[in-house]
Amino acid sequence: MSEFKVVGKPMPRDDAWAKVRGDLKYADDFSLPGMLYAKVLRSKYPAAKIISINISKAEQLEGVRAVLTAKDVPHNETVTRFGQSLEVGKGFEGLYRVLADKKVRFMGEAAALVAADTEEIAEEALDLIEVEYEPLPGVFDPIEAMKPGAYLVGEKNTNIIGEFGCGQGDIERGFAEADIIIEDTYKVPFVDHAYLETEGGIAWIDDYGVINIRVGSQVIEHFRDVADVLGLPHNKVRYIGTMMGGGFGGKEDITVETYLALLTWKTKKPVRLVYTREESILCHSKRHPFVMRYKVGARKDGKLNALDAELISDAGAYPYLSPWVTLYATVNAAGPYCIANVRVKSYCVLTNNTFTSANRGFGAPQPNVVYESLMDELAEKLNIDPLEIRRINCLTTGKALSTTGQIFKTHVALPEVAEKAWAALGEPTEFKDENKKIGRGLAIGLMSYGRMTFLHDSSRSFVKLESDGSVLIRSGIPDLGGGQVSLLCQIAAEELGVPMSRIKIYYSDTALTPLAGTTTATRQTYMSGNATLKAAREIRKRVINKAAELLNVNPDKLDIINEKVIVNYDQSQYLPLVKVIKACNTAGIELFYVAQFNAPFTITPDLSNIRGMTFPDFTFGAQAVEVAVDTETGQVEVLKLTTCYDVGKAINPLSVEGQMEGGSIYGMGYALMEEVIMEKGITMTPSYAEYIIPTAADVPEVKAILVESGGGLGPYGAKGIGEPACSIIAPAILNAIYDAVGVRIKNLPATPEKIIRALKKDFFKK
Amino acid sequence: MEEHRVELTVNGERISSATKPEESLLKFLRRNDFTEVKCGCEKGECGTCTVIINKKTVKSCIMLALQTNGKEIWTAKGLEKQELGRRLQESFVNTGAIQCGFCTPGMIITAKNYLDQNPLPDKEEIKKAISGNLCRCTGYKKIVDAIYAVAVENQK
Repeated sequence: MSEFKVVGKPMPRDDAWAKVRGDLKYADDFSLPGMLYAKVLRSKYPAAKIISINISKAEQLEGVRAVLTAKDVPHNETVTRFGQSLEVGKGFEGLYRVLADKKVRFMGEAAALVAADTEEIAEEALDLIEVEYEPLPGVFDPIEAMKPGAYLVGEKNTNIIGEFGCGQGDIERGFAEADIIIEDTYKVPFVDHAYLETEGGIAWIDDYGVINIRVGSQVIEHFRDVADVLGLPHNKVRYIGTMMGGGFGGKEDITVETYLALLTWKTKKPVRLVYTREESILCHSKRHPFVMRYKVGARKDGKLNALDAELISDAGAYPYLSPWVTLYATVNAAGPYCIANVRVKSYCVLTNNTFTSANRGFGAPQPNVVYESLMDELAEKLNIDPLEIRRINCLTTGKALSTTGQIFKTHVALPEVAEKAWAALGEPTEFKDENKKIGRGLAIGLMSYGRMTFLHDSSRSFVKLESDGSVLIRSGIPDLGGGQVSLLCQIAAEELGVPMSRIKIYYSDTALTPLAGTTTATRQTYMSGNATLKAAREIRKRVINKAAELLNVNPDKLDIINEKVIVNYDQSQYLPLVKVIKACNTAGIELFYVAQFNAPFTITPDLSNIRGMTFPDFTFGAQAVEVAVDTETGQVEVLKLTTCYDVGKAINPLSVEGQMEGGSIYGMGYALMEEVIMEKGITMTPSYAEYIIPTAADVPEVKAILVESGGGLGPYGAKGIGEPACSIIAPAILNAIYDAVGVRIKNLPATPEKIIRALKKDFFKK
Repeated sequence: MEEHRVELTVNGERISSATKPEESLLKFLRRNDFTEVKCGCEKGECGTCTVIINKKTVKSCIMLALQTNGKEIWTAKGLEKQELGRRLQESFVNTGAIQCGFCTPGMIITAKNYLDQNPLPDKEEIKKAISGNLCRCTGYKKIVDAIYAVAVENQK
């Protein structure tokens, strides 16, 4: 095949016009006649017994159609199964609870549901529900929660819900042979996804008694979980996924769907539930805080020879995906470095804070903050350039991950991406202001794409060539704004030789589209891209074979370009695509295909000693920044930011750049300004005015440099980029702050207050 | 409960609809099918509900519907009726400035109003002008590029 027709070209997304015109209907832009409005009653305390709930006054309020508590939920509790296998590992509590029953574990836990004729009536009804609480002491620090005798968050006799370990070599000997040892503890906070669209949707019961849930969800496979809660067969619950106004992992767990299903099932009317911003920050999942204790040893030539890490994650009130996030952190703990002696031990601990779960990066950003800061510390102590110390130690193709021994058979673009990111900073900025100190920092990292291989991931895609040459795709793929849907159109357009405008895709409907798996784990380009590629290529093969017959040439001399099947050595010889389609139809040759693509399947590892392949592949990247630190105010201004990743192949360069640019700023917020402050389990920052995310006025000049090694497992050699894109920037900023003013922040975010306190330590001691 | 009526023009068309004293302009617009005006926080902090009233950008969530009696409002859907609006739409689409798209209606309205009054800004000025519209997906770069591209066209 000659050069690509649409792949690799910057293309407007398939959904861009609908979005810019305001035509696209998100989850809350839809209503049905007779629709009721739902509200959730939430716990006032982070830890308490529920002595009683009296709903009688609420039920009697005019316009209230249903008030539900735990006793009204057919299966209020389910023990989670991890992936498609039974309980993984030992001692996982794995409990999901729909409505609080007898005990609440976090402030904001749902205790009752109301559906009413208007939103105002529903809110009034909430106030009329009388809950008698007996507050309990609770525990809010994971290290405290691990101690014997700590307040027990759940119903088991420990708060530890997961333990993981991995490593290689002989850690004691490694330290004995080190010329320099650094030990440190780093902490990272709760953060929020803060997507502009909150959680929400609408549910109704259709003509055949099927519960339909129209909702923004990254995982439409949850229809099974909702059905289980209601005690219904799985084919009686349908998810219609909408294009999300952002996901970032926050719409990966069930949010509103179970509540909607219960209320519509009870009232037999359509019900709408959309979280307010305050509710969203209070009650949906957060990114895991980690306490990370590291001890690193190196020789004086800069070669690392020992790394010992202990990671403790705050799972919040319920497990959700905490064990997995902690597993990711464990595997990522030694970064993209060759280290002969490694020991990692991780704990995942319940507390009475808001529950934590998936957030873009999924446990990779947190250890990255530490190991990249420590690399710079080592570099300084050994008098080695920060880029050089990374060159000395970084992985290369064919080497193995130091934590698990997984061998990199695909291309490892190190130190290339580091060198490019650093060089792209260009000439240092000069500031006339003597209060502003300029500094530069570098960080490198890796992050997996594709789910953990012991989950046996797969995706399916249906492609059809219509009689008139237009194309139909059906894929369960959810789209959270990363261009997931548009990507599949681009691949089909490429393979079938038609313009993008000829493709129509139906997506994210459990009843009508083949399930493509979760839009999580940076897996869709890899999994659904490959499934669509497979389906489109099969159809292409059939078209080309028929055309070869008609033109009397060898099939490998044919190509489909711009809706013509042409002979590649004589473009005047061709057949219009529609003619070949017609011939296929006449001959009974089907021009539709459902393809399944499977990731590599491995067995569940021994979680105390994780060894071998745990992810299909990794994406490698580097980020460099230049900052100006104001020595009077502690304010950090990021002046320049470069981001360089090996993306394998940029199927749509605009989308890939968009992920890299957006990811950088997502991570910049993590480094400098974002923290969901919880004091004894009470969220103090429930609004955009208090939970600060970057605005346009905060962003630096951003340069995205794409390396396309072709070394990925995705279509055309693509790798995943969504999560890797935000997982490396934070320590680059911390390193730049140190370079500017000699202050090392070990506790995100690096706020002006922390910097000033460090700069003026003597002043604050008085 | 007393009923109040509001009469106003939205995107060039007269609308007359009942409202309540406490109903925000945002809720009013969405109830009257202008669902392109989004709700992100209801506290005037995120900008997704931005509309244009008398050449000023307004966060409709912190304005009352009754305050708009007799006024002329423009939302993202009305942009295609004006040349600058169409050029901005095309630029946003072609530059890749739209990812999830949820901030887009508010963002493009802010951009349109700004360029109407400042046709030749530089990128730093554009960043400040849109700093009241939060975006979580794009990092703002391509949004600024898209607006700047239209400004550059203005120069010709």
